[in-house]
Amino acid sequence: MEQAAPDPDRQLQPAPVESLGGPGAVLEAAVGEETEGTREDSAGVHTMTGNDLWLKKIEISVSEAEKRTGRNAVNMQETYTAYLIETRSVERADGQSVLTDSLWRRYSEFELLRNYLLVYYPHVVVPPLPEKRAEFVWHKLSADNMDPDFVERRRIGLENFLLRVASHPVLCRDKIFYLFLTQEGNWKETVNETGFQLKADSRLKALNATFRVKNPDKRFTELKHYSDELQSVISHLLRVRARVADRLYGVYKVHGNYGRVFSEWSAIEKEMGDGLQSAGHHMDVYASSIDDILEDEEHYADQLKEYLFYAEALRAVCRKHELMQYDLETAAQDLASKKQQCEELATGTVRTFSLKGVTTKLFGQESAEQREARVKVLEEQINAGEQQLKSKNLEGREFVKNAWADIERFKEQKNRDLKEALISYAVMQISMCKKGIQVWTNAKECFSKM
Amino acid sequence: MDGERLASGSSELAVGESPRGGAPIPDGSGSCSLLQADVLDLDEDEDDLEVFSKDASLMDMNSFSPMMPTSPLSMINQIKFEDESDLKDLFITVDAPESHVTTIETFITYRIITKTSRGEFDSSEFEVRRRYQDFLWLKGKLEEAHPTLIIPPLPEKFIVKGMVERFNDDFIETRRKALHKFLNRIADHPTLTFNEDFKVFLTAQAPELSSYKKQGPSLLSRMGQTVRAVASSMRGVKNRPDEFMEMNNFIETFSQKINLIDKISQRIYKEERDYLDEMKEFGPIHILWSASEEDLADTLKGIASCIDQCCKATEKRMTGLSEALLPVVHEYVLYSEMLMGVMKRRDQIQTELDSKVEALTYRKADADLLTEEIGKLEDKVECANNALKADWERWKQNMQNDLKSAFTDTAEENIRYYEQCLATWESFLTSQTDLPLEEDSEDKI
Repeated sequence: MEQAAPDPDRQLQPAPVESLGGPGAVLEAAVGEETEGTREDSAGVHTMTGNDLWLKKIEISVSEAEKRTGRNAVNMQETYTAYLIETRSVERADGQSVLTDSLWRRYSEFELLRNYLLVYYPHVVVPPLPEKRAEFVWHKLSADNMDPDFVERRRIGLENFLLRVASHPVLCRDKIFYLFLTQEGNWKETVNETGFQLKADSRLKALNATFRVKNPDKRFTELKHYSDELQSVISHLLRVRARVADRLYGVYKVHGNYGRVFSEWSAIEKEMGDGLQSAGHHMDVYASSIDDILEDEEHYADQLKEYLFYAEALRAVCRKHELMQYDLETAAQDLASKKQQCEELATGTVRTFSLKGVTTKLFGQESAEQREARVKVLEEQINAGEQQLKSKNLEGREFVKNAWADIERFKEQKNRDLKEALISYAVMQISMCKKGIQVWTNAKECFSKM
Repeated sequence: MDGERLASGSSELAVGESPRGGAPIPDGSGSCSLLQADVLDLDEDEDDLEVFSKDASLMDMNSFSPMMPTSPLSMINQIKFEDESDLKDLFITVDAPESHVTTIETFITYRIITKTSRGEFDSSEFEVRRRYQDFLWLKGKLEEAHPTLIIPPLPEKFIVKGMVERFNDDFIETRRKALHKFLNRIADHPTLTFNEDFKVFLTAQAPELSSYKKQGPSLLSRMGQTVRAVASSMRGVKNRPDEFMEMNNFIETFSQKINLIDKISQRIYKEERDYLDEMKEFGPIHILWSASEEDLADTLKGIASCIDQCCKATEKRMTGLSEALLPVVHEYVLYSEMLMGVMKRRDQIQTELDSKVEALTYRKADADLLTEEIGKLEDKVECANNALKADWERWKQNMQNDLKSAFTDTAEENIRYYEQCLATWESFLTSQTDLPLEEDSEDKI
């Protein structure tokens, strides 16, 4: 299945982005401290070059899927699918690959990994997972998660996810990711110990920020619009494509009926018999050809789906920016009002409404010492606030810089991948047409010999 | 016989190829002499070996007939059998449906134009309007006169399924084409073409036709015949000769299969239509997408354009199907019903004889009378059987040719469809990749 594992051209740039990851996030591995970047050859093998004497390549594949039963969190029997992840290291010298690690993971563990990455690398467009449940299903396709075709396509999608993470200049160095590939038992506990769930921004906070932020970076606003459009248009495309597939299936399969009827009819015909019989055979061939055609198309749909889900990843980065920006704006506002309060206290004028003003009116003016004390407190707060603002500003700018770099990287990847996918669609159509010409030419010959 | 098309403005008889290897007749004014030479001995008692030609130099060929050549409009291509006249002298078209509204009913009439050089026709050109009822009448008369000949089928009275209104355009057009075929098949039939009722049908104006119709046997007597026919068919045929048993078996199986093919073909048409509808929505989404992409805009637009071209190709394919395959298959569905009726009538004639023979064995009293009747009936049976046998061979030949043509044409349509789509996609691919294509694909830009 050449189109089975889409091998996107993952040209990697040397990692310019600093890792903003969490505790122990950098994957030091056996490669040496200085990594200049990563290279990739056509087999999807990722070399981590370095100043070290020997080079280590890592090959990752999700090679098998297995049905299992076990007990879940509430101690109930459940059936799930486990996937075998194999990591191989290839010694450059003799080109042989050695299996270094092999373990089984289920979908929920992939989800856990991804959620962790989302929290610790908010400036990165984190690669998406294949869909949890089958969507855009047409009548031949099953919506059942246990269906072998679905499992197979998911296997490919998970492999794709790992390869994308492994080829990302920042994410590939993450320790938790490394452990995901190498440490079967206890991995879940390790992830949870990082406490990443606590660090995650609350949805409510994010929503609030989105509505209230005043001056987000325009590029992010545009990016958000873009990702909304992308999501909408790809969904629409996939929906209609599924319907087209359904209809095409119908056209081809009905022709299969000719095969049977021609064969029966040929029994009573003397001169026409042979021609009918062989024409009927070609109709059968035609009818069955659609199965392979649509299977290939399903892989095309999966490629588009990946970018449908990427849209959400883009939005996540935008949200983070909005949150940080909102935080910054709030802090700035806070600072400004404190400064004003301070000024008012110092000069004795009350320009703004304040509780102090009211109580003053009610209970009389405070003494000079009281005022001075308060001014001092405020000045301290203002100082702290200014420091905080400074660092928040810095953080914000760093975030924008890094995020935007990753977004540029993502954009190029997206354009390459999608162009390749669209072209592969054309290639599929060409192949379908050629098959059609062949079958009908054969059939025509049979008919004309009747 | 069924490839009749009106080729307007041609000045000589343009005869198409005969796919069954009938005498291939080349085009060109020199063809007339060849035609005359190729014509086999026919016991035509009418001088209808005319060639319609504006070329005056050919007039000496037409020395049999005092007829003047008719208008150039009536040159029709056709496919002829080897054993029939290569020169057609009766050209019929059915067109121009019109709706008529009276206080009692609404109905459609069709214009029938007949051009002929035959002597027994008073004129060389006729134009009448007929409604479906008139066709039914004609068919009934033909069946009456020739009970064991294979009369061409009429399109159905109405199609129950999927019809909202009796007179929608598609229905009328389909019916018109079928009626056109019906009349032309009769015209091509060596016996039926000379039927008197047929002539009246083609030439009489409406009021004349009504009065002519009334002259036939009364309704009551016709009903009597029908009752007898039903009764006799229920008694069953004991002595059906082997060849007719074979014929019957063939007809039964054929009928089953052709009905299935009809259903399958209609279904394919429907599925293609549904596919087309979805594709029409699919293309524009790519254009929509291209609006938010810079780098991908060209590729996306290219794909949308390819899909659009493929939609057009699909429409053509569907039209091809509905013209080349569906009407032909459907006509043979109707033919198969017709054939069963013919078998029944033949059986009935035989049964009449058989029952008289039986009567003779048991009732010696009327021996002389019965013997005479039996003699007549034996003749009748022999005539009927021979007529059917001859017509059967002719019909089978026709059927094989028609269906073979229809399927071959369909295959051709499909090939063309895929070739068009292939060209579109290949051209798109070249524009995208700027790479040479594989060796086995043609460059069809």
